[in-house]
Amino acid sequence: MSLPVLVSEGKHIEDPWLPAPTRVRRVWQELDDIVTLELEPPADFQFAAGQFNMLYAFGVGEIPVSISSDPATPERLLHTIRDVGAVSHALCSLAPGAELGLRGPYGSAWPLQDVHGRDVVVIAGGLGLAPLRPAIHGLLGQRERYGRVTLLVGARSPDDLLFPAELSAWNRGGALEVFVAVDHAPSGWGGIPDVPSHVGVVTQLLHEPGFRRGFDKQKSVALLCGPDVMFRFASRELDLLGVPRSAQYVSLERSMKCALGFCGHCQYGSLLVCRHGPVVPLSSVQRWQGVREL
Amino acid sequence: MENLERVVKAHPFAAELSPEHLSVVACCARNVRRSPGEFLFKEGAEAGRFYLVRKGRLALEVDVPGRGATQVESVGPGGVVGFSWLFPDHRWTLDARALETLIALEFDATCLLPKMEADPALGYALTKPLLNELYKRLNQVRLGRLDVYGQGRKDSVGGGT
Repeated sequence: MSLPVLVSEGKHIEDPWLPAPTRVRRVWQELDDIVTLELEPPADFQFAAGQFNMLYAFGVGEIPVSISSDPATPERLLHTIRDVGAVSHALCSLAPGAELGLRGPYGSAWPLQDVHGRDVVVIAGGLGLAPLRPAIHGLLGQRERYGRVTLLVGARSPDDLLFPAELSAWNRGGALEVFVAVDHAPSGWGGIPDVPSHVGVVTQLLHEPGFRRGFDKQKSVALLCGPDVMFRFASRELDLLGVPRSAQYVSLERSMKCALGFCGHCQYGSLLVCRHGPVVPLSSVQRWQGVREL
Repeated sequence: MENLERVVKAHPFAAELSPEHLSVVACCARNVRRSPGEFLFKEGAEAGRFYLVRKGRLALEVDVPGRGATQVESVGPGGVVGFSWLFPDHRWTLDARALETLIALEFDATCLLPKMEADPALGYALTKPLLNELYKRLNQVRLGRLDVYGQGRKDSVGGGT
């Protein structure tokens, strides 16, 4: 199985080690612990769906963050960040006008060009919807090139669902079928507006009659992003449905430092996730999936 | 009864039942309808039935002191509800409430259980899909208990953190 081609290595800057100074245009709170930053992109900035930037909070540190906006409008650069560590906390605390450093974009992309004519099943868990949103925009932007497109979204509770207004709008629009599952919900919760919503785990959605009607295992390609455990369980269900692992793509989650394939922090088996990933076909990593603490 | 047999046969749960078993099972079934907010059963009550959902959606709820009723699962068309009739002390362990207009097949355990015990082939034919459903639900509960969306890795890319 060949690995995805590295799309770019921070083309917009001459020295890939040097963060370009940029500013925050707008900030908004998505959830209690999740913030979206709109940044001023560097000149001629282009990216592909699935890629990430290294964001530098001056005086604190640098972390990789997936791009969550539409690649067709690179002038509107969004990063959706969970406040979970020292650097992400510093980034989430930035106000409009604040300066930060940016290197990128880096990494491989969702294989949207390679799956024309196929049915696309997008499976997102928690904040995993953020790195998948550019792919969804890409699919919708060239909708006629794809077969059936479905989006299965999992979250802990209704209050933890990311981009709920967009989920409703996408499903209402009809170009994309959206299904939502939350682990638990208050009594009487009937779901988010205009979207078939369930209380249960996201893998359950693969067995929903609404999803299974029209599902074609031969035609389907799956794009998965979410916590490691979630995509392991989801890929197992996809296996049972007959979707080959070579047609299942996942965005891997690893700790990255250089983003250039030098430091080895993000090594996963023989892969350097910053160079060969984060998006890879599952068939290329399945031999390491069962290896603990790798 | 023939119509009811057809309705039972259309449900995924009964997909592998033989025509003979189907007619026996249909004898113990009836159609039920619940409006949104109405209960199919409540925690602690005697569990003498199980349900195959045909249309609509219901919530399985547990009352949590201080938090109120909490949905732990929802079941839609094609789903199976109610396993407590099989196990002592035959009491419901949670509430089942319709979220939208619900149409389901209700099976009477006092009618079905003696038939299953008298005919092991029928017992096996019904226990098999029930076990399959229980296994599926057990795996879902296990995955849910991991609280996978709780916290991601600190400052890493992809994977939803």
